[in-house]
Amino acid sequence: MSTENQTDTPDTPMVEIRDVYKRFGDLEVLKGINLTVNRGKIISIIGPSGSGKSTLLRSVNHLEVIEKGSIFLEGVQVNRPDLKGLAFERHINHIRQNMGMVFQHFNLFPHLSTIDNVTLAPRKLKGMEAKAAREWGMELLNRVGLAEKADVFPNWLSGGQKQRVAIARALAMKPKVMLFDEATSALDPELVEEVNLVMRSLAEEHMTMLIVTHEMGFARDVSDWAMFMDGGVVVEECAPQKLFSNPDQERTRNFLKKHLQG
Amino acid sequence: MDFNLMVEISPLLIKAAWITIDISVRSLFFGFFVACGLVFLQSFRFAPIRWFARGYISVIRGTPYFVQLLLVFYGGPSIGFRLDPITCGVFVGAFNIGAYMSEAIRGSIESVDSGQAEAARSLGFGRAQTLVSIVLPQAAALMIRSVGVLAIVVVKNSSLVSIISVVELTYQAQRLIGSTYKPLEIFTLTALIYIIIVYAVMGIIELAYRRAMRYTTL
Ligand SMILES: Nc1ncnc2c1ncn2[C@@H]1O[C@H](COP(=O)(O)OP(=O)(O)O)[C@@H](O)[C@H]1O
Ligand SMILES: [Mg+2]
Repeated sequence: MSTENQTDTPDTPMVEIRDVYKRFGDLEVLKGINLTVNRGKIISIIGPSGSGKSTLLRSVNHLEVIEKGSIFLEGVQVNRPDLKGLAFERHINHIRQNMGMVFQHFNLFPHLSTIDNVTLAPRKLKGMEAKAAREWGMELLNRVGLAEKADVFPNWLSGGQKQRVAIARALAMKPKVMLFDEATSALDPELVEEVNLVMRSLAEEHMTMLIVTHEMGFARDVSDWAMFMDGGVVVEECAPQKLFSNPDQERTRNFLKKHLQG
Repeated sequence: MDFNLMVEISPLLIKAAWITIDISVRSLFFGFFVACGLVFLQSFRFAPIRWFARGYISVIRGTPYFVQLLLVFYGGPSIGFRLDPITCGVFVGAFNIGAYMSEAIRGSIESVDSGQAEAARSLGFGRAQTLVSIVLPQAAALMIRSVGVLAIVVVKNSSLVSIISVVELTYQAQRLIGSTYKPLEIFTLTALIYIIIVYAVMGIIELAYRRAMRYTTL
């Protein structure tokens, strides 16, 4: 065990998922999932469609309410069956301010300009002044290479640009962890790379990330740990080099065979 | 056709048309609050409150406006609920259109992509803030159209208040026919005025809609 005491101490758990169960009616979607994401680490989750990847990611910030188990952000429990009504509402809003989420279909706010999409949360939730918010928003847009689109409405942007704005929007609250749910799946192939580049830049800055993806090459490159899910269970998890080239499980091999040749 | 007569009586009809517009605008205005109330009641967790709102909407939708008007105007006084004709027209108009409008408002709120609220919630916005900052501004654009259709219904419905002797456009037309015996001329002119009002309303709706939808690439 390491005893070093730096800020990027590798073994501090940022997100902990413990024995999580979730069902939709009769359909059991998550059947006892465990996962620890340490600070600054990047975990990729792969698996066939319908295996529960999105549900797991959405459970982390409580967009899905889990039935059993617990989820922690920096040691603070996210799901709190003991809290009800407004008390829980306050708790979860606070938790969510520390987690950024990026959706497959971007979900940008179409009635707000690009910069307002980015700055709405810091203005409304942190009381940031208009001028400071604009500067902060421009800094973030600059970072994703879209400063010149600040005053444009999202519907005028390409899919790749929309997703980059969505990433900037999620970063605006200075989250401790970023959740990506197939951020590039809805994009035309030629637009995937620009989004991947932004995600890579986050990786270089040691952002903690949980990435659900179909991009095997990208997952292998950026992640510190990879997890293969099927039917609501973790079939196999290990270092990405191993998972993508020499997995232990037959199911993993079959899945990869289909997807690597795509 | 007696065009001279049409020119001669048109000021009287136009004057009456203002009563039509006045009743319609006020019905819509108060109807909007009735509608918001109904939407609000339907969001209650306590089921009987929701049932009450649903029941009310069903009754309004299941009965003719004409009957609602007669019931309130002639039936109301026997339980001590007495309204002068114009007030009654506005009152019944508002409570009638409010039921339909609440469905239109609910529909436009529900048709905002659920991913919008999810994105807001994922940033840490609370329920109320999500509704106000994200969902309602987008629903408003859709609402303008569906409420606009109802505005036209209100204008046309208003002709029915002639039965309780409100001197609006239709009643005035009937009075003029009583003294001139020229129904073809007078009703033609009346219809023409309704068309002008209705198309003016449609024009306003369209402008407001386009303005509200500026952010799309339409
Ligand atoms: N809100 C929901 N209601 C009912 N079933 C759902 C809902 N969300 C997801 N599911 C089902 O749960 C299963 C897992 O879905 P999901 O987590 O989206 O899978 P993945 O992201 O791996 O493709 C699927 O069978 C899906 O149909
Ligand atoms: Mg999914």
